[in-house]
Formats: sequence, C-alpha cells, structure tokens
Amino acid sequence: MLLSIKNLHASINGKEILKGIDLDVNQGEVHAIMGPNGTGKSTLASVIAGREVFDVTSGEVIYKGRNLLKLAVEERAREGIFLGFQYPVEIPGVSITNFMRTAVNEVRKYKGLDPLGGGAFLKLMEEKKKLVELTSNLANRSVNEGFSGGEKKKNEIFQMAMLEPTLAILDETDSGLDIDALRVVANGVNKLRTKDNAFMVITHYQRLLDYIVPDFVHVLFEGKIVKSGTKELALELEEKGYDWIRKEQRDNGIAG
Amino acid sequence: MQGGLKQNITKELFSGLYREYRASIMAGDYPALTAQRENAIRRFEESGFPTTKLESWKNTDLKESFAREYNVVLKPEQGVDAQKVFRCNIPHLDTAIMGQLNGWYVSKDVPLMELGNGIIMGSLAEAIKKYPALVEAHLGKYTSSRTDSNTNFNADSFTDLNTAYFQDGVFIYVPDNVKSPKPVQIINVIHHDENLFLQSRNLIVLGKNSRLSLVHCDDSYNHQPSFSNVVTEIYLGENSSLDHYKLQNLNNTSTLISTVYFQMEAFSNLKSHYISLNGGLLRNNIRLRFNGPQGNANIYGIYLMDSKQHIDNQVFIDHAFPDCTSGELFKGILDEHSSGVFNGHVLVERNAVRTNAYQSNRNILLTETAKVNSKPFLEIYNDDVKCSHGSTTGQLDQDAMYYLRQRGIGEDSARMLLMYAYADEVISKIDIEPLKYRIEDMVKKRLQGELQICEACVLHCSTPEHPMEFVIDMTKI
Repeated sequence: MLLSIKNLHASINGKEILKGIDLDVNQGEVHAIMGPNGTGKSTLASVIAGREVFDVTSGEVIYKGRNLLKLAVEERAREGIFLGFQYPVEIPGVSITNFMRTAVNEVRKYKGLDPLGGGAFLKLMEEKKKLVELTSNLANRSVNEGFSGGEKKKNEIFQMAMLEPTLAILDETDSGLDIDALRVVANGVNKLRTKDNAFMVITHYQRLLDYIVPDFVHVLFEGKIVKSGTKELALELEEKGYDWIRKEQRDNGIAG
Repeated sequence: MQGGLKQNITKELFSGLYREYRASIMAGDYPALTAQRENAIRRFEESGFPTTKLESWKNTDLKESFAREYNVVLKPEQGVDAQKVFRCNIPHLDTAIMGQLNGWYVSKDVPLMELGNGIIMGSLAEAIKKYPALVEAHLGKYTSSRTDSNTNFNADSFTDLNTAYFQDGVFIYVPDNVKSPKPVQIINVIHHDENLFLQSRNLIVLGKNSRLSLVHCDDSYNHQPSFSNVVTEIYLGENSSLDHYKLQNLNNTSTLISTVYFQMEAFSNLKSHYISLNGGLLRNNIRLRFNGPQGNANIYGIYLMDSKQHIDNQVFIDHAFPDCTSGELFKGILDEHSSGVFNGHVLVERNAVRTNAYQSNRNILLTETAKVNSKPFLEIYNDDVKCSHGSTTGQLDQDAMYYLRQRGIGEDSARMLLMYAYADEVISKIDIEPLKYRIEDMVKKRLQGELQICEACVLHCSTPEHPMEFVIDMTKI
C-alpha cells in the first residue's frame, strides 16, 4: 500500500477540522475526494503535504511503509508527494526555470543522483512543457506572477510533470477553469498516470471527473469520510446535491 | 603622516587641528575656497557633531564610532605602490578606473588626465590648481540646496567639516555633448595599519547633453577601524544623463558618512543605485535638487546587513521646478542584530506642478533582534501632483516558503531563493550587464555568508563576461 491514513485528527488554532479520517490509497489508483465547502478537503491535502500550521492531534499516516508525519515538508516532497495548490503562490523574482531546476536537482540529490546539467534540464523542460501543452513562454517568467487562473493551474500540472511524483494531490485544480483549460489539465494528469503512481483529486464538482476518471470516490463531510464508492457515486452526488449527504447524516444522528 | 596620534573624535579636536594645520590645508586653494572653508569651520564649531537629539539622526547613534581612536589624515602617504594596494582586483590600471587610497587619489602616471574627447578625470587637488575656474563654478555650490522651507536639511555638520578639511578626492568633468564611451569606476580603498579618520571630496560635472556611467565603490582591505566623511557633488547639466552606482563593502568596524548632492538641470536624467553589502555603520545622505523642469531621477537601494551592522539611508528630493519625476525604491534584508533606517523626504514646491514622485521602502527582518525605522515622507505645496509613498516591514513570505519546500527545496535553499528574488528587483535595474552579473554574484555570496571585504566591484578582473545563471549551486549548500 502506498498511503494509509488511520483515524486522522487535525486542528488549526485549536479548532478541529479533521475528525477521524480513514483512507487507503494503492499505486495505480485515482481517488476523488468530494464534499461541500469547509468540510476539510484542503486541510487533508495540507496535512499530507506537511504544512506546519496544522496540528495532528491523533491518528497516523503511513506512506511507503514510513511514518509520514515525522517528515518535513521538503522530505515528503522528495519522497514523491506533490500538492497541486488550489491557490498557487506568486513569487516575484524567481523564474520558473530556476525554481524547477533547483527543485529537480534537490530531489535528485536526495535520491543520490547527480544534478541535471543545464542542457539536460532544458531538454526535460521542453519535453514536459509539450506534455502539458504549456505553449506560452511562461517558463521565463516569475513563478505565477501575473498569471491568469488557468495559467497558474497549468503551471501546477507542469511542475507535477517535472517532478514525477508517486502521490499527487490536486487540490481543487478545476476551480476557476474554463472548459479548455480544464481539458488541458485533465489531459496532463491522464498522460502522467501510471501503474506506479497514485492521484488524489480533490474537487467540489463532478465535472472534472468526466475527464479524470477515478477508481474511487469519497465524500468528506464535517471532517470525516462519510461515503465511499466508485465513479457512480460522483454522478449520484451531482444529481442529488450535497443536501442529500447532509440529510443522510442528520438521519443517522451523526451531524446537525 | 597624520595629524597627531590616535584621538577620540570631538568637536574640539577638529577645531584645534584646523587652526594648527590650516595653512597646509589651504595651500592649494583659490581664494573663494579658502573663504568657504573658513565659513564651514565656523558653522561646524557652532553646531558640532550631530547627536540623536536631531530628528535626522534620531535612529543613528555615532557614539560608538566616535569612541574609537583615530588618526586624522591630513597628508597622503608617500611612496604608495598603487599596483600593490589594489592587488585584489586591478591587474592593470585602466584609464576608466580611478583609484583612491585612504581618500587620496592614486595615479599610475599623471594625477589628472585630459582625454581626447575633452573628459577630464583625476585628482580634485590637481583640478583645483589646474582648472580653478571650472572647479569654483561648482564646488560647494549645491550643498545648501534648500530654498523655502523650515527644515534645513543641508545643515549637516559633516558636510561643513568636510568642506573645511578636504584636500583631495576625485574630479570628473564631461564636457557638453560628450558621451563617455565606457563606464568610469572610482575604487575608494581604505587600507592602513592604523585607525583612520578621513575626509575626501569628489566633484563630478556633466556638461549639457553629456552622458556618463559612474561606478563608485567603497572598500576596505583589512579589519582596521576607520571613519570616512565623504562628500560628493554631482552636477547634471541640461539634458545630461548619469547612470550612477555606489557599492559599499566595508569592514564591520568602519563608519562611512557618505553625502552626495545631485544638482539636476532641466531635462537631465539620473539613475542611481546604492548597493550596501557590508559596513559597520553606513550613512548615505542623498540630496537631490531639480533645478530646472522635466528632470527625471530614479534612486534604487539594496542593503544586506547582519551582525551589529547599521545602515541609514536619508534621501531628500527637492522638486523645485515643474514636470519632474522622481522615484525611490529601497529594499533591505536585516539579519541578526543589525538595524536599518530609511528616511525619504520628497519636497514638492509651490510652482513644481505636474510633479510625479513615489517612494517605497521595504524591509525583511530575518530575526527578532533585527530592527528598522522607516519613514517615507511627502511635503507638498501644490495640488497638481502625483505622489505616492509606502513602507513595509516583514518576514519572508511564509506561503512562498511552503510552496518552494513542497516542491522538494530545502528550507535554506528556499530562503536563499526568496532573498535573491527580493534583492533582484533592485539589481535588475542595473544597466551595465557585466556589472549586473558581478553584483548578482556578490549579493549571492553575501547572502550565503561568503563575501570577502576585499572583493571589490571591479569589472576588469575576475572576468564575469559570461552571464552567470541566477541559480543556487546545490553542491555548495
């Protein structure tokens, strides 16, 4: 198993957001995490990535057989965890080329590989740009500075292609995208899917899942996964809306 | 030879030394200069050295600098081997390089050169003898620029003291319609086995429609304490253009009071860059006056301070005429116990309509013990202006740190990348490409704690001709 989350509780500033998450992800699988706003989807992504503002109060996360929670953000990244940000950060003055070259070579160093030379790196970059249809000259610009919403998300997918993660978490990558950009992003993901890696696709809407077909769909509600199923669950959600989940939870006496 | 043995810096000391040495100080003067000196020492004796009681010195305390003992330099050392002194970086003295040692102009052959295109460059002491009328027309004429306001910025007693005492420095004259074909570099080196107190004076005159790029470096070659009180007057004639760089890389026991007066005539253009990499106490007084319409000035500053270093940038811009544009962008990174001051004062006078002015000072504090006092200030006396000012002080962007680290970049490298990027906004304004690469390299080394104080900004050695990539060498981290 690639990732195993057991009874994960996490809070920020003393407020509990995740209230006991259980989730197993195997290599080769695509998991969709759905749910209404404010139920902890992004928090789950952040906790897996290692953002320090969140406190894990109980539970465990085992990744590649190791206790993930003991690793620093950059160590998790070097071990193959990638987070596609919902709101990619603008970093004026750092070009995408230098950013990616630094990142790729730090990951390589961690793995005991020699750093990529300038030529080899540029070749790799061209190749990955093509893969994610990054045609514009974004690479020479500062990271995300002045990018449109669509450009920012394409840039995330481009970085994912460069870093070839084992577990990629895409946090609402579809939000704010028009249908063309959405298709580009989804195509990128589909091209990068292999039997050795896994994806967690966090989304609010079913729309993205028309393009990235998940193996499993989980519904996150008030800090817990309350429903899991296959891709049909996403369609059902689309049809019935999240009120269906709210009602069901209320009927079960769990929430409300 | 110096004036007396090591002494603490007091008003009385300088008052006394002046009386004692005035004959030799004035030996080369034209009459008006002597009169300027006599007035200056009188004003200095009235005001004394500034203390923290003065608004403009509130956050810069000279007590520690004054408490050290110095030899006051009154005569140049004999038999200085220029080649030897500039060992670090000047394989051969090029015509475009002007060396200064402990405040004195150092020449390989002639102290003052007149080039084929009419440019005169060399020792100010020589220029006073050889071209007294040219010097007299400008020297000391721009140090009291304030016309109609209460705050008298020029009354800085350091300028008066310098006027009374200076004996040498650099002189550059670019005649009307002449464009200097290559950048001129002034390398001002402090190197002595005694503590020195020195006062040099520079005069740079740009004629009408002329153009000059000037790189002015202050370096120390050892760790001996020093106190420099340097005054530079720069005259930009009508429609002239100056690209000016000041690079400061002094040791941690040095005090530098650098005062630059820019006098800008109509349609003149200035781009000035202050790059402060090292120094015990650095005070940059920048005084600029638009003395005609449609002038344009941009002043950029970057300072990287650590240990107990202190930097104080004081910028005063006098918009005395209509249709002038000024911009200030100063950025600092302060580490450990270092401290910084920024005082930007833009005065827009009553008739200076259609003025366009902005000021920005940004600081990153890397520790809890680093501190900064920032005060951008606009004083506007007419309605038809476009002015803005801003100041921010904070830490490195934590969201950006997280983003970089999430891609596998370690904390130290991420911090380094962000600091580079932050500094690069100012460095990217440097138009001389090799100088830009050199300074990028120096800033990189400085941020990694590898910069040597003898590493000067010289272009002619260490051949940075090929563009360096602005990338961190991972093997070195």
